[in-house]
Amino acid sequence: MAELVLDPPLALTSRLAAALRRGGARLWIGAALVAILVLVALFAPLIAPHDPVEQDLMSAQLPPAFVQGGEAAYPLGTDSLGRCVLSRLIYSARIAVVVALIAATLAALIGIALGLFAGSFAGWVDQAISRLIDVWMAFPPVLLSIVLAAVIGAGLTSVIAAIVVVDWTRFARVVRAETMVQLKRDYAAAARVIGLTRSATLRLEILPNLVPLLVTLLAVEMGIAILVEVILSFVGISVAGDTATWGSMIAEGRQIVYQAPWIMALPIGCIITSVIGLNLLGDGLRLALDPVQRR
Amino acid sequence: MTATLAIEDLKVALRNGAAPVLRGVTLQVQPGEVRGLVGESGAGKSMIGRAVLGLLPTDARITAGRISFEGSDLVAMREADRRHLLGRRIALIPQDPMTSLNPVRRVGAQLTSLLRHHLGLSKSAALARATELLVEVAIREPERLLTLYPHEISGGMRQRVLIAMAFACDPALVIADEPTTALDVTVQRQVLQLVERLRLRHGAAVLFVTHDLGVVAKICRTVTVLHAGRVLEEGETRDVLVRPRHPYTRALLAATPRADRPAEALRPVPLALIEQLWSEAHRLDRLAVAGPL
Repeated sequence: MAELVLDPPLALTSRLAAALRRGGARLWIGAALVAILVLVALFAPLIAPHDPVEQDLMSAQLPPAFVQGGEAAYPLGTDSLGRCVLSRLIYSARIAVVVALIAATLAALIGIALGLFAGSFAGWVDQAISRLIDVWMAFPPVLLSIVLAAVIGAGLTSVIAAIVVVDWTRFARVVRAETMVQLKRDYAAAARVIGLTRSATLRLEILPNLVPLLVTLLAVEMGIAILVEVILSFVGISVAGDTATWGSMIAEGRQIVYQAPWIMALPIGCIITSVIGLNLLGDGLRLALDPVQRR
Repeated sequence: MTATLAIEDLKVALRNGAAPVLRGVTLQVQPGEVRGLVGESGAGKSMIGRAVLGLLPTDARITAGRISFEGSDLVAMREADRRHLLGRRIALIPQDPMTSLNPVRRVGAQLTSLLRHHLGLSKSAALARATELLVEVAIREPERLLTLYPHEISGGMRQRVLIAMAFACDPALVIADEPTTALDVTVQRQVLQLVERLRLRHGAAVLFVTHDLGVVAKICRTVTVLHAGRVLEEGETRDVLVRPRHPYTRALLAATPRADRPAEALRPVPLALIEQLWSEAHRLDRLAVAGPL
């Protein structure tokens, strides 16, 4: 009997290197932007030059330091109450990161569970969950969030709850469809033929195949969570009072946009950079993890 | 002696009973027997294997008949009991090695999870057993193969892994669903030899589904010829291939290329014969609809 010989071995490091190469520039840029966001949020007290709520009415509406009339003590200027814009931007990142992580993860867990359930049970279970998703998605999400915040009160918890309640459908829909596709594949039939139960098949065979997709979706969802938090804090139903958030900074800056445009422009820049960073990271990870792209 | 697999008058229909595929198939596989199941495309040969494994398409119904495995009825059996048999007592060698392994799990994980699931082995014992199995299917460097993903190995290698998985738990019956069709000719031969070797070592009976009479002649002791969901002829492979009784079997043999015959001697199966067989099948369907006379 002829023996078959394997190709020369691929070292683990070269596998990793190949994955990183497939991810390309998106992976690097995305990872760098997200890393900066997370580090800034983690070390906010160390980086920020001032207390974000400390008011200095004598130096209100100062322009950034590099513009004429700016002061070195306030690198990005001050707002109408004389609070340091840079420090407020830095502390806002904390809210953004917390909301992105917790809300997106919870939405993913609920959505994945229901999606797997619907995708693996044909018939009325699938019908019930799918119709629920359809009806759910017919509600405008921001309106639903506002109603929710009004019912359970403003605050970080209600922001997160609002995002989870609205966005689990995004995961459920995709996971349901992909589960159905994967279950039609030969390897899923093979798993049944070796006597695996339905739940073991889903856990061992199907879920690992969904990972590249879920990673992308999770990253995109984190971006969306940040945007929703911005919207809610812009209309003033997010975290209370003078806590710095990008949304509340935009709301404040809007009123004096002709006198001090940087107060509104800077948080918008932060939001755009964060969301782009998350989207690029998700895209890069999908390319790096996708088994079809391997080789 | 109880037959390993006994199918009696099995009728299966698609589209919730509207389109018959199997029109009363009876066949037996004795312990240790290798039975070939031949027929052209659409004869229903794969459908028999699927019915035994409980993998019929969702719109297919078993409208009549029994499938018994070692004396117990697979059709009437509870789902959990059948799952207990699948992979352990009844195994499948699938048709397409390229798609039948999970693309994102390492070969080792797929082999050992099967062993741990059915034999309750510890992680290290399962790994040792998996290595032995890969040695049995003549793979050099089995330890390294276990750490690879399916896309990193060749089609022939994947088919060997699938054969190793099929025989892993010493099954009583292995259903080989055209395991050589997706492979090129040189690999085909090796795969047939492997199936033969592992069958002898593990003492399994094999139901070998194929359209290739050459394959049947090589490894099957007995053969069942199927057309339009009906058994036309069955018996010892020697007798059936040397002295075929049914005209369809004769026609099939005349249509098979052989090394000792010139290519000009090949004859397609006559159209008139095929038409006659189908009209017989449809008459059977009408009779079934009309009910017993």
